[in-house]
Amino acid sequence: MLNVGKIEEGFVLDHIEAGKSLSIYHHLQLDKLDCMVAIIKNARSNKMGKKDILKVECDINTLDLDVLAFIDHNITVNVIKDGELVDKKELTLPKEIKNIIKCRNPRCITSIEQELPHIFFLADEDAEVYRCKYCEEKYNDIF
Amino acid sequence: MRHLMNPLDFTVEELETLFALANDIEAHPDKYAHACEGKKLATCFYEPSTRTRLSFESAMLGLGGQVLGFSDAGSSSASKGESVSDTIRVISCFADICAMRHPKEGAPMVAAGRSSIPVINAGDGGHQHPTQTLTDLLTIRSLKGRLDHFTIGLCGDLKFGRTVHSLINALVRYPGIHFTFISPPELRVPDYITDLLREKKIPYNEVIRLEACLPELDLLYMTRVQRERFFNEEDYVRLKDFYILDKNKLSLARKDMLILHPLPRVNEISVEVDDDPRAVYFKQVQYGVYVRMALILTLLDIHVD
Repeated sequence: MLNVGKIEEGFVLDHIEAGKSLSIYHHLQLDKLDCMVAIIKNARSNKMGKKDILKVECDINTLDLDVLAFIDHNITVNVIKDGELVDKKELTLPKEIKNIIKCRNPRCITSIEQELPHIFFLADEDAEVYRCKYCEEKYNDIF
Repeated sequence: MRHLMNPLDFTVEELETLFALANDIEAHPDKYAHACEGKKLATCFYEPSTRTRLSFESAMLGLGGQVLGFSDAGSSSASKGESVSDTIRVISCFADICAMRHPKEGAPMVAAGRSSIPVINAGDGGHQHPTQTLTDLLTIRSLKGRLDHFTIGLCGDLKFGRTVHSLINALVRYPGIHFTFISPPELRVPDYITDLLREKKIPYNEVIRLEACLPELDLLYMTRVQRERFFNEEDYVRLKDFYILDKNKLSLARKDMLILHPLPRVNEISVEVDDDPRAVYFKQVQYGVYVRMALILTLLDIHVD
């Protein structure tokens, strides 16, 4: 059994589907932050069998967690302050996501226009459908 | 400042105002002949579309304005690699309003985001062509007197036909519309449209042969069935005549049914039908100019008493 110590301030992202933690690490741009990060892969879970966990020691206002809901809204976000759990955040699908995913429609203007942000809007909340702001093509990739 | 990207950008009430203005222009063209004096329209066409471009130019000239522009990407700075964002900022210094046609979907929206003048989407790939939809609606409203309570048949390539999809999306906002989709199985209307109709409880039916529904229709919107859309030549040969409107088939239709077509027509409407009073596709082209005149005035916020 692997032991990773407590953090003083930051986030513990729990119930990440096994294998997705590295993708989340990149999408949260943790590689660009000068902070301590523990990536735990394939931890045993009663609920999920196997799961990933990310522990991030940082100022709790630093991270944009909107993207997490887009990737997997079943992730549990535990907010830690002074070594204590102070909040559990509910994840809701963001209305708009910017530069997280790319439009793959070869006919879309994003395929040629320089430095154009890739923006998707939530077109159908129940079906969790995002569409490109420009060409309205559905994004249907599995993360 | 307002742009036009999608036919649904205007509410039903705003469309009523626009169509009333277009009909007033039709009735009193002299009143509007100098409305845009001193104003310039830039037609930025990154791909050729002579009909749409000339319709815009005719509209601006009819309002006393002037036009400038380019008619394919090769003769613009796009061939040197300039972005749409940069081009529109330059064009904003030359003109008061811009109509943009682009092969890439969403390009006019990118332009609108950077522009200091109104931008009209004059067609972006297979995505939107809002002024065609406004043309179709104005034609129906002017010749039928209303945009509600009728049965409309849409015939031909309903799978890839962008004009058809836009028209359906625009018509679902009016009460009492019944849609009849007439197409080969390969080219039937996409599921997202039939899903939308079911969700809004709007009645529709799908048929393979035009004759099967002609007597029921108040309007028939014809589109071209292209050979390359079929999986095999055999099916094309078997089905193509189902979608050709000739005098024989037309004898089944009501005396007041209207036949519309976004043009260009190839052979899906026989030339012999052209003289029938129900054939309004050339009048439709004229309404296209009126609706673009009304649109230019509206976006430039010019009022004529």
